[in-house]
Amino acid sequence: MADEHKEIDAVTGTATTGHDWDGIRELNTPLPRWWLWTFYITIVWAIGYWVVYPAWPLITGSTEGITAWHARSAVVDDLAELKVQRGPLMDKLAEASLPEIAGSPQLLDFARAQGRVAFADNCAPCHGAGGGGAKGYANLNDDDWLWGGKIGDIEQTIRFGVRSAHDKTRAGNMPPFTGVLKANEVSAVADFARSLSGLPAEKGVDLDLGKKLFAENCAACHGDAGKGNRELGAPNLTDKIWLYASDKATIEQGILQGRGAVMPVWEGRLSEPVIKALAVYVYTFGGGEK
Amino acid sequence: MSQINAAPPAPAYVFRCFESGKDMTQIEELVRDAEVKAKPQSAAPKPAFMEEVDDDGPLYAARRAIYPQSVRGFFRNIKWAMLGITLGIYYLLPFVRWDRGPDAPSQAVLIDFPSRRFYFFFIELWPQEVYYLTGLLILAAIGLFLMNAVAGRIWCGYLCPQTVWTDLFYAIERFFEGDRREHMKSDAAPWTARKVAAKAGKHFTWLMVAWWTGGAWVLYFADAPTLVKDLATGNAPFTAYLWIGILTLTTYTFAGHMREQVCLYMCPWPRIQAALTDEYALNVTYRYDRGEPRYSVKKSEQLRAAGQPAGDCVDCLQCVHVCPTGIDIRAGSQLGCIQCGICIDACDRVMEKLGRPTGLIAYDTDLNIQARREGKPMSFHLIRWRTSLYAAIIAIAGGIMIYTLATRDSEGISVIHDRNPMYVQLSDGSVRNAYTIRIVNKQLKSREFILSVDGIPSTLIDYVGLPPRADGRQLITVGPDQTKEVRVMATDYSPTPPAPSTTVLFTLTDIDSGATAQMRDHFFGPASKK
Repeated sequence: MADEHKEIDAVTGTATTGHDWDGIRELNTPLPRWWLWTFYITIVWAIGYWVVYPAWPLITGSTEGITAWHARSAVVDDLAELKVQRGPLMDKLAEASLPEIAGSPQLLDFARAQGRVAFADNCAPCHGAGGGGAKGYANLNDDDWLWGGKIGDIEQTIRFGVRSAHDKTRAGNMPPFTGVLKANEVSAVADFARSLSGLPAEKGVDLDLGKKLFAENCAACHGDAGKGNRELGAPNLTDKIWLYASDKATIEQGILQGRGAVMPVWEGRLSEPVIKALAVYVYTFGGGEK
Repeated sequence: MSQINAAPPAPAYVFRCFESGKDMTQIEELVRDAEVKAKPQSAAPKPAFMEEVDDDGPLYAARRAIYPQSVRGFFRNIKWAMLGITLGIYYLLPFVRWDRGPDAPSQAVLIDFPSRRFYFFFIELWPQEVYYLTGLLILAAIGLFLMNAVAGRIWCGYLCPQTVWTDLFYAIERFFEGDRREHMKSDAAPWTARKVAAKAGKHFTWLMVAWWTGGAWVLYFADAPTLVKDLATGNAPFTAYLWIGILTLTTYTFAGHMREQVCLYMCPWPRIQAALTDEYALNVTYRYDRGEPRYSVKKSEQLRAAGQPAGDCVDCLQCVHVCPTGIDIRAGSQLGCIQCGICIDACDRVMEKLGRPTGLIAYDTDLNIQARREGKPMSFHLIRWRTSLYAAIIAIAGGIMIYTLATRDSEGISVIHDRNPMYVQLSDGSVRNAYTIRIVNKQLKSREFILSVDGIPSTLIDYVGLPPRADGRQLITVGPDQTKEVRVMATDYSPTPPAPSTTVLFTLTDIDSGATAQMRDHFFGPASKK
């Protein structure tokens, strides 16, 4: 069979493949040797791959290769290596008290770096990527704190959550006043609350009634002057910062339905150094109190 | 035409100067006619001896062994000098010391990847100044264009690393295996212990040079004396050994084995440079107006005695035998010619012996050949539009680089405004913006800076994690040749709320020298209520 392909092309003197298309014949030009050898080397290289790495699919799994390399175990190894690298500083972070961390530039930098990542993973969905907050979720950058803005207060809030199932949780509810206050009374209290921070009242609303009702119903938690109470998480109503919003409808809604935003417990879910790092990170957003 | 048959057949890559029109199809004839008509009248037809180029050779040609003969002369001396200078710089430069104080490496030329610095004597470049590399590349490209416009491919002939190392490897080869004739004879002869010893000695020396080449390469990336010590004791990083291995292999292969094939088949420059040359560029030229018709010494003297024309070329093939790329320069300007001028030296020696004037092969132009044929004076146009333009571009690009290098600041500031939240309303109604600021100190000493912000009334800057000094001053210390990142908060305490966006200017001042760096950013406030 090979013989019939030995036809020699008259012009070039090269053997042909015997293929003929409308009188055009294909020359049997050999591949360049360098190309051929490169090809052979790649084949040998591929065999090396089968030996070293997982390659051939089996019924369950695949051949392992002498290195038994696996993408998943490689990640685990990398993480373990990272843990070893971070080890000394993580130990320091776990041992140091919060003021000690804040006082040491090296620990502060490390804690902030750790905190930044942990914040993005765990806190940002509610509080925003930079802790800017949203309606009902506190802005962590400002200087108004429901439960206290000292670094220890922040840590406690992170650790035990707000209105969570933990025994040491931050607790205290704004109860609903539906059925307790009449519509005009709700309107009067709402406008009185707004007036505490200098916001204007609606025309025809009796602010004196509001003041009286506030003293009877609200002052227990929010204080006689409306300055709030951090023990109960009752917000200061005299400042410019509103967790929900400052418009009257939102305030009336809060009075009628009550408020009780929750924050989960992080103790047990995050490691000790990470909780500390988060506290430091949130503290250095800029709102932290001395 | 018997003289031509004595010459070796020209290789396939020689430019086709003219083709005799046998077996032309009608279309080819039409194209040829059009080309002939399109030719400018001034271009004289090529002389007959250039027409003998086999264009129907195989697509792939096996390499012909080249045994360049050694030669002495002016251009050879220039090549030796260039070889000494370029290789001397390459091998020894890493060991040149430059005192930069205790906080910086003391190597004159160092590419420091781990700390992301490039040192060149008194210049230190940071990664963000990599645009100087663009300037260098522009200078290199236009410099090459200029060289090409003045005297053809002199880069290829004298300065290209491929040429320089190949030249060195040829010298080693001649040392062990003898000059052209001896080497050819020995290669053709059966193997003997002597031949094996010579070849082994050559390859060993080649490998040593190649190894040294790789060794010098890695010294540009780490402290040279330390790395040499580490290499000797086996403590150097694996990357160093890897790169030495790679460069040993490439040097040994390219300079020892591939040689002119790199220029002919791999390198893009011959193609680009061929497009850049023009009729005024001084290329290595066989002055066929003087050389043709060529006859042997004896015959030419007989003919001359009889009053018949006989050129100065005696067809001794010395120009071919010395050529490192194995071409025949008498076939005219061609891809394989690297313009090294070695054939000029070879031809001059022959002409001297024959008592004929030298310069039968010389740096010259085809225009001059035509001029001499017509009895007109030769002309050289070194200063012309092309060379002036290249020189101007070099001067401008170089000038800009020198100016910016000389006047660049040694301190810098960059500012990133917080993205979330854009601004923070405080409980007393004032508005605060937070910024991440990176301060750059390019000096080799520690410096103290003070930061101020202009553009909004009643501002106060708070520094996160940076307590003020005992004297109450808020200074930022940045270590030598380092950067420092600081998070700062600017608060507008004025009773009226700030505009939704105000332009602010951060100014960084070195408290010792008073040098400043500035950066504009914005201060955001609540959107105005509708």
